[in-house]
Amino acid sequence: MDMKTLYLLVPLAPLAASVVVGLFGPRLGRAASHWLCILGVAAATLGSFVVFRDVAAGNVFNGDAYTWATVGDVRLAVGFLIDPLTATMMLVVTFVSLMVHVYTVGYMAEDPGYTRFFSYISLFTFAMLMLVMSNNFLQLFFGWEAVGLVSYLLIGFWYTRPTAIRANLKAFLVNRVGDFGFVLGIGLVAAHFGSLDYREVFARADDFAATTVSLWGDAPWSLMSVVCICLFIGAMGKSAQVPLHVWLPDSMEGPTPISALIHAATMVTAGIFMVARMSPLFELSETALSVVTVVGATTALFMAFLGIVQNDIKRVVAYSTLSQLGYMTVALGVSAYSAAIFHLTTHAFFKALLFLGAGSVIIAMHHEQDLRKMGGLWRLMPVTWATAVVGSLALAGIPPFAGFFSKDAIIEAVHASDIPGHGYAYFAVVTGVFVTAFYSFRMLFLAFHGKPRWGEHDGRAAHEHDHGHDAGDEPDAHGHHGGPPKESPWVVTVPLVLLAIPSVYAGWAYIEPMLFGDYFGSAIVVRPEHAVLWELKAEWRGVAAFVEHGVMSLPFWLALAGIALAAYLYLVNPGLPERIRRAAGPLYALLDNKYYFDRFNDFVIAGGARRLGAFLSSVGDRAIIDGFFVNGSARVVGWAASLLRHLQSGYVYHYAFAMLVGVIALLAWYGR
Amino acid sequence: MTPYLSLAIWVPIVAGIAVLAAGRGDRGAAAARWIALAGALAGFVVTLPLFLHFDTSISAMQFVERTSWIPRFDVWYHVGVDGISALFVVLNAFTTLLVVWSAWEVIQTRVAQYMAAFLVMSGLINGAFAALDAILFYVFFEAMLIPMYIVIGVWGGPNRVYAALKFFLYTLLGSLLLLVALIYLGGAAETFAFQAWYELPLALETQLLLFVAFFLAFAVKVPMWPVHTWLPDAHVEAPTGGSVVLAAVTLKLGAYGFVRFILPILPDASRYLAGPVIALSLVAVIYVGFVALMQADMKKLIAYSSISHMGFVTLGFFLFNQMGAVGGLVQMLSHGFVSAAMFLCVGVLYDRMHSRRIADYGGVVNTMPKFAAFLVFFAMANAGLPATSGFVGEFMVILGAVQANFWLAFLAATTLVLGAAYTLWMVKRVVFGAVANANVAALEDLSAREFWLLATVALMVLLLGVWPQPFVDVMNASVADLLAHVARSKL
Repeated sequence: MDMKTLYLLVPLAPLAASVVVGLFGPRLGRAASHWLCILGVAAATLGSFVVFRDVAAGNVFNGDAYTWATVGDVRLAVGFLIDPLTATMMLVVTFVSLMVHVYTVGYMAEDPGYTRFFSYISLFTFAMLMLVMSNNFLQLFFGWEAVGLVSYLLIGFWYTRPTAIRANLKAFLVNRVGDFGFVLGIGLVAAHFGSLDYREVFARADDFAATTVSLWGDAPWSLMSVVCICLFIGAMGKSAQVPLHVWLPDSMEGPTPISALIHAATMVTAGIFMVARMSPLFELSETALSVVTVVGATTALFMAFLGIVQNDIKRVVAYSTLSQLGYMTVALGVSAYSAAIFHLTTHAFFKALLFLGAGSVIIAMHHEQDLRKMGGLWRLMPVTWATAVVGSLALAGIPPFAGFFSKDAIIEAVHASDIPGHGYAYFAVVTGVFVTAFYSFRMLFLAFHGKPRWGEHDGRAAHEHDHGHDAGDEPDAHGHHGGPPKESPWVVTVPLVLLAIPSVYAGWAYIEPMLFGDYFGSAIVVRPEHAVLWELKAEWRGVAAFVEHGVMSLPFWLALAGIALAAYLYLVNPGLPERIRRAAGPLYALLDNKYYFDRFNDFVIAGGARRLGAFLSSVGDRAIIDGFFVNGSARVVGWAASLLRHLQSGYVYHYAFAMLVGVIALLAWYGR
Repeated sequence: MTPYLSLAIWVPIVAGIAVLAAGRGDRGAAAARWIALAGALAGFVVTLPLFLHFDTSISAMQFVERTSWIPRFDVWYHVGVDGISALFVVLNAFTTLLVVWSAWEVIQTRVAQYMAAFLVMSGLINGAFAALDAILFYVFFEAMLIPMYIVIGVWGGPNRVYAALKFFLYTLLGSLLLLVALIYLGGAAETFAFQAWYELPLALETQLLLFVAFFLAFAVKVPMWPVHTWLPDAHVEAPTGGSVVLAAVTLKLGAYGFVRFILPILPDASRYLAGPVIALSLVAVIYVGFVALMQADMKKLIAYSSISHMGFVTLGFFLFNQMGAVGGLVQMLSHGFVSAAMFLCVGVLYDRMHSRRIADYGGVVNTMPKFAAFLVFFAMANAGLPATSGFVGEFMVILGAVQANFWLAFLAATTLVLGAAYTLWMVKRVVFGAVANANVAALEDLSAREFWLLATVALMVLLLGVWPQPFVDVMNASVADLLAHVARSKL
């Protein structure tokens, strides 16, 4: 097959499946619907493999599919750029998506919205592929918003739950705040470069390195700083960086498969991908890179703290995702773009694994998500347990699991960087290792080890959630009174195993080509003064030496300490955490309330907007414009009209008719 | 050469008269419906060549027809379309088709009169878009209001007299000043062929006075803040068809006046006053966006959203660059589809529940899943989601605004958040959630007629969003010519 046809086939196969199932799903039935969607995504996955091999052989493609619009001399097109960065993303997206499609067959088995769900996740796959395969800013933005749309639809999938439809509105609006910056960034690119095509923009980026714009008074701003910060605001929305992170924890209201696919492995990494794709621009602005570093470091550390106090199994993983996205962002900030993409890849595997594992536990627990009501599951769910251990070890950064390599590379890169803010970033990412190991093993121990706590509530547990799962639309296939937890069916466990495999080997297998080889070629541009990875490369003595160096350095021991502390607190001395919680009252309250971001937003931003709207509506429109001006003149007219009352029939259209007759008569008279 | 424009104007009007003749009283309603549908369809088909046979390479008027009408005053029946007006004739004919279709079994009283009013209005609106003679334009521009008054006055809600009077008051002053301005220019140029006025030298003071006259007439129609408060009331009282035409087409005439008269005839005044007009446009986008957020009535909310979206149109026009102006025109086109669809959706609900209050709804998706899918889709288009038409114009205007000034774009781009907030918050309260009450529980999903009606609009919204090139192509040359006129001083 012609490669160009293949490039089209990869995104269009899931789209076609999505459209057919979306329109005819109920008529096709469940089996036909899921087979169609799985087939579509499998075709895309296969296609991505072929593309990946082709790109690895050195073939890069950049071409337009069609012209979207030409305005003046600006041509806006839809097209594909297929290079190593794209191919990597395509592979990650389609592979995780395929796993999630298969898993969904089991997880959503009895849900009344089964076919709708498949239609959505296939649509998501299409949108995400359009995003990563784009060769221009316009299509990037299209994919960007389209994945946001599907995320909105899927967070609110169980639309009768008040919490779900609140969460999806919140997610969309917070993302829109990011998009606000993103659009301005794209607008600045268009205004100065006269093009939205990557190739043209990147080729001429250096010419604009010294360009300044005056935004406020006479102070000159570097154009590239403004552009990159605007673009990064978009990334902060999509990739949930502080302070635009608030939507991601709430997005857990959606079904677990999409938490894995969209809110962990792929969509939320779109911001990371975008910044890496824009490396030719970001490299020109030290200021922007510094902002990226500080924001990323803050997210990495402070969101990790929140993971410690969560009791909902999905929310622990959600905060861990936030923190890991922070790690990737830090890597971008210190110009270690390929390290960010490397971590994105390994994270996609092990985080999708953890989420799907959490989903498997949730099924077994009859839709109980509270860690405090779990425990001792390892014997009953051996596959889920074993894969969760793999995922947790990878997340905590223990060699030889994948997360160790990608995370250690980021820490080393931050260490080598001298971008403003690197000191803070180094502190954050190193401390974060301890916290990450602690919360991930806290979760593992609470869910799978220790004394079973579910026996005490068995049978009633399903009715006792504290996260609003009582709206009645819950897929209760797995039974509200289904007896003791048991291992999930093969459609659930096979994806877990298939995701566990790359969570083990993706680190040592790919670190050398991705970070130190010429893997990304010209897809990622790094200026010599930012080339932190070159320093790492100079010290590179192979995987074994990297591991050896890793286990001799601080982060590894911090990770072990985190695991040890979690083991002590939740296995050896399970009464202690409660006593610590009581002792650390205000600190605990701060974490439990997520630093009060939600309260602030609800009251100041959302509440403020509503109050302003009500004020403008009642005072501006009704009192001043209508009350004073319009009705004032109406009264004057009314007073005048009362003098002519005998002519007044009270129906405006009588006058209107009279007017029409008059006009026509007049024109007819003159037109003779 | 086939006189497509005359057909576009007179086919619906003649059909309207035929409908009136066929359906006296409430008898013959069925005949009236079918004749109206045939007329609307024919009226739409004759406009298609305006798009399909349009020569995109030239900026001049095409499909021109010219015959003497009132020789004593040198007034001509002179019509033609260029890249700015052509698509709106098609849009208008399309909208008329939607309205006739949407009213099918909804309107049960005075069916013939209802259908006739819309057909006649359609012809008159086409006349206003196509007129190249100032007096001809004025006649169509004003006469078009009469069927609208009738529609609101006869089939409207309980407060219709207030709404109609308010509209009347708003337009009265503007209309008179418009006539004065047209007659003045006609005298000065010794012709009512207003394209000749594009070359007429005018002192800045004269231009400023004329600007005020034109501006009042057209700003009310758009409507721009602060002369916008008639629109929500008119929408609330109007029947569904009235709202659809009002939002989809009538507002466009105001914006059309800006590009057809104000910018090319008064370029110096336009440049002189661009700042204030842009400021008013941005107030429309932001202030009205906040007001829309707090509306309790769905129609009012969409009406305010219309004002906010039309703010993008006037903003785009006064940026004086190609991206902004084309963006403004695309936004007009897109808003024609999206606002029509939103009002049709509210109509679907109103027909069943006889309420437009958001608070009376909740969980509609449970009983009307197909309808909910359409409403969410159109809401996304209203919020400017890429791949829908709503995105194209907004995006282009924002790009144009960045070219002009970063902070203009900054303020304009707030619509990304505001537009999504007011639209999707409404969707959340109406569509999602558990079934709110017994009335919602008893709702029936879309009928086949309603389904295909909404599906047709949805396809247009998608087409314009995924591939705007054919439409943008029509506009490019004429917009470039317009901008050349704006750039040239007439002092």
